[in-house]
Amino acid sequence: MDIINEEIQRVPQVLGKKSFKKVTDIIAKPSESPAPKWWVIGLLGSMSLAALLFSLIGYLIWDGVGVWGLNNPVGWGFAIVNFVFWVGIGHAGTLISAILFLFRQKWRTSINRFAEAMTIFAVICAGIFPGIHVGRIWAAYYLFPIPNSMAMWPNFKSALLWDVFAVSTYFTVSLLFWYVGLIPDLATFRDRATTKVKRFTYGLFALGWNGSNRHWMNYEKAYLILAAIATPLVLSVHSIVSFDFATSNLPGWHTTIFPPYFVAGAVFSGFAMVLTLLIIARKIFKLEDLITIRHLENMNKFILATGTMVGYAYAMEFFMAWYSANQYEAFAFINRAFGPYAWAYWIMVSCNVISPQFFWFKKLRTNIPIMFVISIFVNIGMWFERFVITVTSLHRDFLPSSWDYYIPTWVDIMTFVGSFGLFFTLFLLFLKYLPIISISEVKGVMEIADPHYYDHHTEDKQ
Amino acid sequence: MTFHGYLCEVDNPKELVTLSKKVCDSGYTKFDTYSPFPIHGIDKAMGIPASILPWLSLTGCIIGLSVALILQIWTNGIDYKIPLSGKPYISLPAFIPVTFELTILFTAFFTVFGMFALNKLPTWYQPIFNNKSFKKATCSGFFLSISCLDNNFDEIKTHSFLEKAGAKNIERIEEK
Repeated sequence: MDIINEEIQRVPQVLGKKSFKKVTDIIAKPSESPAPKWWVIGLLGSMSLAALLFSLIGYLIWDGVGVWGLNNPVGWGFAIVNFVFWVGIGHAGTLISAILFLFRQKWRTSINRFAEAMTIFAVICAGIFPGIHVGRIWAAYYLFPIPNSMAMWPNFKSALLWDVFAVSTYFTVSLLFWYVGLIPDLATFRDRATTKVKRFTYGLFALGWNGSNRHWMNYEKAYLILAAIATPLVLSVHSIVSFDFATSNLPGWHTTIFPPYFVAGAVFSGFAMVLTLLIIARKIFKLEDLITIRHLENMNKFILATGTMVGYAYAMEFFMAWYSANQYEAFAFINRAFGPYAWAYWIMVSCNVISPQFFWFKKLRTNIPIMFVISIFVNIGMWFERFVITVTSLHRDFLPSSWDYYIPTWVDIMTFVGSFGLFFTLFLLFLKYLPIISISEVKGVMEIADPHYYDHHTEDKQ
Repeated sequence: MTFHGYLCEVDNPKELVTLSKKVCDSGYTKFDTYSPFPIHGIDKAMGIPASILPWLSLTGCIIGLSVALILQIWTNGIDYKIPLSGKPYISLPAFIPVTFELTILFTAFFTVFGMFALNKLPTWYQPIFNNKSFKKATCSGFFLSISCLDNNFDEIKTHSFLEKAGAKNIERIEEK
């Protein structure tokens, strides 16, 4: 066992012989060089899509939910699908930053910042949808326990209210976790700043961090505790999201497998999104030595594992539909696979169950173009999973006379597209102005950071 | 020009650990070391006691738990009773999710702001920032400072002690 551990640890986290200064230089480069053309174009494009999102939200509030394609049995459409999609994507960030931290998976250090940023931006996008789907937007404050003249309180026995608390806690804790991680790196940027504005802005948010080891002591403790509480938090958030469905009495939703199945799906989709973004960023910013092929391979293993779990859950749902001998449950699932929405179901199965299976082969999971394509497939598949769960369970409900077919309107579709605009606007700003790799953590896992390294390497002081 | 103490530099993490050990063993207590990342084992070399932060987190945890329970029991169980799916007005199992979330939320707040308080953050201005060489402390430099408020501090003796201990670039930390 020890030999195996040794072997694993010997794989260097950072390739090539690099000094601490060199690592800082590589990571600080994007924020110090002038904005490249692709960035400006990308930002303008994303900002116009984000503007589209906000104008469509305005239109929705002005005109009412009638601008969406909801109909009588399908009262929950794109809004909930997009909400679950985005919040699920966020989960990989917390998994990488918190759970892998607790398991001392040092390879996480070069990707955690990136993944955490993705979490925060995805949760922002997610939060928009339940906020706007309430119909009477001026009554949205009913969601929170605010004392009011009607002497009314929210219903704490409702899964939808649990969700409000889960998602807002998740956002706040992720933001704190991200910010705590950023403080030492912001101080690095402050000390490298060449202009007054930069020095002031980075300095303001660095809070006067000076790298004191007395501070590092408390800092590391805080980071550990945050990781320890973020771990159960991330598992609880998607469990609670699944309660939105599972605590109802609708066949297709009312299943006990939902919480673990949703969590696995969330991690699955989140890793796919991190991978998609990372492959691009790594190439553009020439971070191949810090984000090595091993990092990407490890992520692909996660995608394979969680994708298989999701596939197992799909199969188990069918098994339960049969084994429960409940004809409504059986109908819901046969209708899902062979009914009017069969096309959506089979897109979901091919993207989520079949496509990650290619990662069994080392050749394929270390091949960048292939993993990029598969990560896109998984993103698509996971959106369809939420669509299938929501729409197929609703569209043929208890009363055949009210069965209907749900078709999203252009407003539904463009609002979803617009949410990508918001996501990428935030993401591009992050790429340009913040350290996209945790500088202090990467230095901490380098060989030359270990005091014992110098016991047997006296000649090459850096 | 107020004098605050000495700042000196070493080459690598190991030397910083060795130097802190020497400084600590000579009876200095008001000294600090600075590095771009936390160094393994330096807390022992510097003689820093374990952080009390976990106790602050625990306080936050207990406050969050109590706030959540009181909030839900008061609002749904006493002040505004909603009869719902045959559950009792005070239905603890149904209150678990929100209780859990608020416990986590308060723990996180106490952890982060507790860490800020222990580290006296934000302190945007510190005399040590006046030393130009100190800019390296967040990039690749390893520094140690001894405050003049230390009982053992002596302008000349401390300087020669640091020199002997192998410190480089000994500078004075001064107010501008």
